[in-house]
Amino acid sequence: MGIRYIDLGTPARRSEREVTLEIDGMSVTVAEGTSIMRAAAEAGVSIPKLCATDSLEPFGSCRLCLVEIEGRKGYPASCTTPVAEGMVVRTQSGQLAKVRRNVMELYISDHPLDCLTCAANGNCELQDMAGVVGLREVRYGYEGENHLKAEKDTSNPYFTFDPAKCIVCSRCVRACEETQGTFALTIDGRGFASMVSPGQKEDFMDSECVSCGACVQACPTATLMEKSVIEKGQAEHSVVTTCAYCGVGCSFRAEMQGNDVVRMVPNKDGHANHGHSCVKGRFAIGYATHKDRITTPMIRKSIRDPWQHVSWDEAIAHAASEFKRIQAKYGRGSVGGITSSRCTNEETYLVQKLVRAAFGNNNVDTCARVCHSPTGYGLKATLGESAGTQTFDSVEKADVIVVIGANPTDGHPVFGSRMKRRLREGAKLIVVDPRTIDLVRSPHVQADYHLKLRPGTNVAIVNALAHVIMTEGLWNKSFVDARCEEPAFVKWRAFISDASNSPEALESITGVPADAVRGAARLYATSGNGAIYYGLGVTEHSQGSTMVMGIANLAMVTGNIGREGVGVNPLRGQNNVQGACDMGSFPHELPGYRHISDSIARAEFEHAWGVRLEPEPGLRIPNMLDAALDGSFRGIYIEGEDIAQSDPDTQHVTAALEAMECVVVQDIFLNETAKFAHVFLPGSSFLEKNGTFTNAERRISPVRKVMPPLAGKEDWEVTQMLANALGYPMNYGHPSEIMDEIASLTPTFKGVNYAKLDRLGSIQWPCNDKTPEGTPTMHIDEFVRGKGHFVITRYVPTEERTTRQYPLILTTGRILSQYNVGAQTRRTANVMWHEEDRLEIHPSDAELRGIREGEWVGVRSRAGETVLRAVITERVQPGVVYTTFHFPESGANVITTDNSDWATNCPEFKVTAVQVEPVTQPSEWQKRFREFSEEQIALLAAREAQGA
Amino acid sequence: MEIERLVKMVNDIARFFEADPDHAEAVKGIVGHITRFWDPRMRREIVAHAKAGGGDLSALAREAVLNLPPVSAAA
Repeated sequence: MGIRYIDLGTPARRSEREVTLEIDGMSVTVAEGTSIMRAAAEAGVSIPKLCATDSLEPFGSCRLCLVEIEGRKGYPASCTTPVAEGMVVRTQSGQLAKVRRNVMELYISDHPLDCLTCAANGNCELQDMAGVVGLREVRYGYEGENHLKAEKDTSNPYFTFDPAKCIVCSRCVRACEETQGTFALTIDGRGFASMVSPGQKEDFMDSECVSCGACVQACPTATLMEKSVIEKGQAEHSVVTTCAYCGVGCSFRAEMQGNDVVRMVPNKDGHANHGHSCVKGRFAIGYATHKDRITTPMIRKSIRDPWQHVSWDEAIAHAASEFKRIQAKYGRGSVGGITSSRCTNEETYLVQKLVRAAFGNNNVDTCARVCHSPTGYGLKATLGESAGTQTFDSVEKADVIVVIGANPTDGHPVFGSRMKRRLREGAKLIVVDPRTIDLVRSPHVQADYHLKLRPGTNVAIVNALAHVIMTEGLWNKSFVDARCEEPAFVKWRAFISDASNSPEALESITGVPADAVRGAARLYATSGNGAIYYGLGVTEHSQGSTMVMGIANLAMVTGNIGREGVGVNPLRGQNNVQGACDMGSFPHELPGYRHISDSIARAEFEHAWGVRLEPEPGLRIPNMLDAALDGSFRGIYIEGEDIAQSDPDTQHVTAALEAMECVVVQDIFLNETAKFAHVFLPGSSFLEKNGTFTNAERRISPVRKVMPPLAGKEDWEVTQMLANALGYPMNYGHPSEIMDEIASLTPTFKGVNYAKLDRLGSIQWPCNDKTPEGTPTMHIDEFVRGKGHFVITRYVPTEERTTRQYPLILTTGRILSQYNVGAQTRRTANVMWHEEDRLEIHPSDAELRGIREGEWVGVRSRAGETVLRAVITERVQPGVVYTTFHFPESGANVITTDNSDWATNCPEFKVTAVQVEPVTQPSEWQKRFREFSEEQIALLAAREAQGA
Repeated sequence: MEIERLVKMVNDIARFFEADPDHAEAVKGIVGHITRFWDPRMRREIVAHAKAGGGDLSALAREAVLNLPPVSAAA
């Protein structure tokens, strides 16, 4: 695929009415509201332009796109003039050519003529337009005042801003406003002095810029230019693939020079992102070729031994013989595996297949255990399917948006921008969060209600909201009567209507004023389309599953489900966490969420796989760790997860890993878990493999290999080798064959295949005979389970209580520039925004303890202690502190406890009772961590000294 | 496995289901949940604990555990 993309000039318009006009003698029919420029472009007629681009609303400033319209005076701008029935347009005439040439001459008179050495050479719209209009001379000279000596801003690690090349078309400013919604850029000054300015005439790095790249993407010249392009030059081909960061699953064009990625460009045709991106997906890909990548298999007898460099065959044979030895000695159930939400569907499917078919047990789990397992449980119990109900596009039709325990502008930034756009259009906003996240108040966005609850009281809030809706008669009786199970509803109605669930009764528990809860409930129930978006602030609690069911209750009782603009929308954390769950990564479920005890489903898999399957559920990750400490679980195969950093109670996790006899880690880096491994199998990044990812809206998108795997093998090939060495044959030649097998065994994937994915770009499951091109909105006429099922969601306080010894509540979360355990983003320039995890503390709590900004503080819980720098901020409420877990040395999960969700064992990351006090040195755990890490790095270096 | 951990898990499950006003449904819910989601070795251990007294189990949790279907020896 080439690297030049067709730009139709202005955005598409949706209208049921069509308009027919004549452009340069051709009859053209387009939707009402379409610009002349776009109508012409769709008919293959290119009108010169500079300030127009089809990702932004027309602006009409460059005066290059002028046309002639019969019966109208002058030369209207084709970008801002909508088509009209019977209109006759001429895009070319002698007079138009003269005007355009004069306009271009003025632009070029204040633009450097360094085209041959310019980074945009060959991909510059200004250069193109100069050619199109036939500019041959600039009569004004360069002696007068100009901007050619304006200073270049190189502060951003990923792109430069060269005002000397700026034509002040405002595309960057408009992209920052319309596409990203940050409003970090402006045009400063007037007339000739007009200049693009980040913030208050600041550098990009000092401004509010979030480095999403929208301005760079919009710039028609080299004014805003990727440093990678400046360094390497223009790409010569591109490959469409899917981002490997968050659950939005943005589509990108990897622009390449041979096997080298020049830049990642958000795909305008991407169904999840529509041409937008964030700082991670757009720029933070340097980790893929980072020097820390391990590209040779390694083994060792003990974790205190140096790593030994071996061939693939030796490593695989060693791992297989160890698993066989352990199973022979301790039993079939003494080993298991963890699939990866960062790997593809096909790779995840193979790992769970290996566990079930080659290990012969169901001890398989995935990182959803520690994030969205309550979503799977709660939505299956109420609606019948373990997935979100909508598309991301659905937010465009929402009238009131409820964000619960999610921080979309940081965690899911591209969707966060879509949400902000809808809010700017007038949708109402309710935020339920203990912290004042950016959405509560940011440029042109203001939450109507911020229910700033105490951590751990989600269920009390959702019950109070439902109580108001029921007792004030705001519920949707016709929907409930027609779509939901009556006996369960009757029981739930009696429960929820009880005065104990009123906002007034619960105010002392939640800390949220009752009138605010009542107002929010009324707003959600009566404002038209109500859409709920939630994240880990809902699931990572002792009542995570209860809260998910409470959210589903709320959507059902208001009839906010089964159409566009409404729904229950879990914002999934990792890129393929939805897919990992879909692919049978849980110990109780086969692919497609069919329970392992279902004899019909099991028979289908047994027939296809040629083995007998164990009908009982296996161990979850925390169960595996407990069983390791009691000696009944001795070996584990971990693909692309880092439980020693991501899972709670780090010291418990590492003790369990140390207790195992064989830990096999397949990863691209020697992560924290790999430091406890006996076998290291080098993994491949998303750029080095073929497959698919499934995002938070059930969208299956292609992942395409743009470079050969650095270690020589894609991850699915490694799993296949291990299965074969274990004596279970796998003989796939390409991931498409794995997808074909998935489709043959998984009803919701029945219609999915690579040819269709190539044709459609992406597919939202269910995709089957009834919905051959996928299902954007679920539960339209009936719920997947038939009737919707209301569940009683009694509030049960967490056992993690504050005491005099531990008087504060620690809650954890994420930030924009870092991702999950940071293994990827820590190895990029994103550390310029966030180089360490810090502890947010309210000014009053800080003052009480004599803590000052930036000072080291000890954070101690019942599980452990760590030391972080303090950030004093009113974003957190008094009594609550907050941190992130992106850096292993921070030890955020040394503090978190083994409390977990009652239904799924999802850890209660969001509520840990702690004490915070000033300290002068690292914690004991941090000292031990540093020593151990240094030892492990030395053992790796010993391998390198062997000539690996 | 550490029995305190299993006891805590069952008690947590029981606290959810005890909200059901129908006692029999609550017991059924707990039994169904443990059967569907617990590995057999965990079930064996918690049943043995309940049979031995299981004083740290809530009354509802203990009743449900004692109603769990037997785990096959092969599992």
